[in-house]
Amino acid sequence: MSAPLVSIRDLSVQFRGNRTVSALNQVSFELGSGEVLGLLGESGSGKSVTLRTLLRLHPERTTQVRGHIQVARQEVLALQGRELQLYRGGTVSMVFQEPGMAFDPVYTIGQQIAEAIQAHEAIDAASARQQALRMLERVQIPQARRRFDAYPHELSGGMRQRAMIALALACKPKLLLADEPTTALDATVQIQILLLLRELQRETGMSVIFVTHDIGAAVEVADRIAVMYAGRIVEQGPVAQIVGKPRHPYTAGLLASTVGAANRGKPLMAVPGSPPDLAALPPGCSFAPRCASASNQCSREFPPVRSQDDQTLACWHPLHPFTEAA
Amino acid sequence: MNTTVAYQAPVHDRGGPAQPLLVVRDLKKYFAVRGGLLERTRKFVHAVDGVSFSVLKGKTLGIVGESGCGKSTTARLIARLMTPDSGSMIFDGDGVAEFGGIELKEFRRNLQMVFQDSFASLNPRLTIAETIAYGPRVHGVPAAQANRLARELLARVGLEPGQFGSRYPHELSGGQRQRVNIARALAFSPRLVILDEAVAALDKSVQAQVLNLLQELKAERQLTYLFISHDLHVVHYLSDQVMVMYLGQVVESGPVEHIYGKAAHPYTRALLSAVPSMDPHHRTQASPLNGDPPNPINPPSGCRFRDRCPHAQPVCEARTPTLMAVGGNVSHQVACHMNDLLSGQFETIQEISV
Repeated sequence: MSAPLVSIRDLSVQFRGNRTVSALNQVSFELGSGEVLGLLGESGSGKSVTLRTLLRLHPERTTQVRGHIQVARQEVLALQGRELQLYRGGTVSMVFQEPGMAFDPVYTIGQQIAEAIQAHEAIDAASARQQALRMLERVQIPQARRRFDAYPHELSGGMRQRAMIALALACKPKLLLADEPTTALDATVQIQILLLLRELQRETGMSVIFVTHDIGAAVEVADRIAVMYAGRIVEQGPVAQIVGKPRHPYTAGLLASTVGAANRGKPLMAVPGSPPDLAALPPGCSFAPRCASASNQCSREFPPVRSQDDQTLACWHPLHPFTEAA
Repeated sequence: MNTTVAYQAPVHDRGGPAQPLLVVRDLKKYFAVRGGLLERTRKFVHAVDGVSFSVLKGKTLGIVGESGCGKSTTARLIARLMTPDSGSMIFDGDGVAEFGGIELKEFRRNLQMVFQDSFASLNPRLTIAETIAYGPRVHGVPAAQANRLARELLARVGLEPGQFGSRYPHELSGGQRQRVNIARALAFSPRLVILDEAVAALDKSVQAQVLNLLQELKAERQLTYLFISHDLHVVHYLSDQVMVMYLGQVVESGPVEHIYGKAAHPYTRALLSAVPSMDPHHRTQASPLNGDPPNPINPPSGCRFRDRCPHAQPVCEARTPTLMAVGGNVSHQVACHMNDLLSGQFETIQEISV
């Protein structure tokens, strides 16, 4: 078996300032090449922090990062200078939630994509423009030649997100990080972008980490789902298992609070309480104060991460325990 | 003073149970767009263009549509946060702000609104107990009584008054702030509550709590909701009647089971099939619609959906479809030429529904 493309071990991230916030706590996961991982969680669960740490986007002065990140056999936390520049965009690139904020408003989208290509490849301006135009056509922007010279504000939300994807893929990265790429979009546009991402992933064979709070969107694109809560991955497994037979009570609660035709008019099985303050995490399992099956052990010690086949789980009282190893 | 008496008067049902609580007729709002220096003609955004509907007592009307379809503008026009260009409203049998009708001030006491951004809609310099008591005090309720009311309401929405009453909005989480907004809306014992994307910004697990609270309060206080959302799941869960808007117009309206079960308008169908599937073995294969919603500044002539409609024909460009009953069912209405056998559209709804 070849080495995984991404391997994260015991990654912890703390932000220091007036108070110290533990945004990530000993997160570990691996991602093979060509695989799509959905990171699912609510706000403050550490999904976006994971992505930004992968790109080293946090200011070093106020951020303490511990653990190991390896992407394509490079030790990401040790990269410096030119190496880091080539890594960002070349090996790994990112699609942001707000395409309007991620583009520079004073350059046309074509210029911005061409600039990114020139920064990574020894290539003249004319061929960079050609490549940029091909990228715009590839993400199915109608009349790409005209849109090439458009400023970001002249495009609609869906179009801007397509341009953002074109920019991210311009340097053929091995790993694409998508941070809630469809949250700001309308329903009919969201499904177009999800289908586009799926198609491009299949064509290029890149790996994708897809962050979302919407289980539906994760199911549409991901092979595996990792559920995050308060800076930890509480459960990880193939999409069908997570949706069909969740093991962690939090995952089950998330699925139960998804409204639809089935529970019309009936009270929802809501998870009580709200997510914990990351500056003052409770000892033990962070979900224990909201969990129906919590015991004394849960609030004392954090459950170890156990794994079986391609699934991992961190819970003392799972709904469906792993079968005892034979 | 007169206002105090009016405030304390118990809410009574004037028109009887069959009288819709709110009837809206032909509401219009155009926003002028500043053109370029050399542009002669002034352009207008047709934000709400001839919207009519009624909300039955004790029911929930859900309004769905994509951004820019005019659903929030409709809410603001009803609450009179903006003045409509034309159109009229009848609240429980009385014309709103008309001669011989209900006064605007009294109408507003009967109608309260909860907004999407829970932080922006609270005054950051007032504690949440002060925020809730503020409205009643303005309407002449003595301070002590208003404060007592605020504490009762806080307890009702699940926030311990002793613990939370003296906190400021920034000290609360999103879900807690939205509970405060709901409590504030209830301070007037309103009959109609407009919920404008009230749960959209909340996390799933917190959203479920707030939805449960809304359902309880509705049953407890005989409230009527106007629920505006882009989230089709939530609208399905909460609404009795659903109205689908597209580019400032109503394209379809009807009982929730008709809209979600036998939608007649191609746009409604597309919207419903754009919802991500929850089954990893049956993923969505093709997008139901291409492109983005068009610009409301220059909406297409005739049917506004025709640019994106897979069934569009010449008649759709020539004539604007009107809302008509579907298959003799008066409560389910659709504005589509395919529903009108005399329109000259060759396909019919029955054909495409196979």
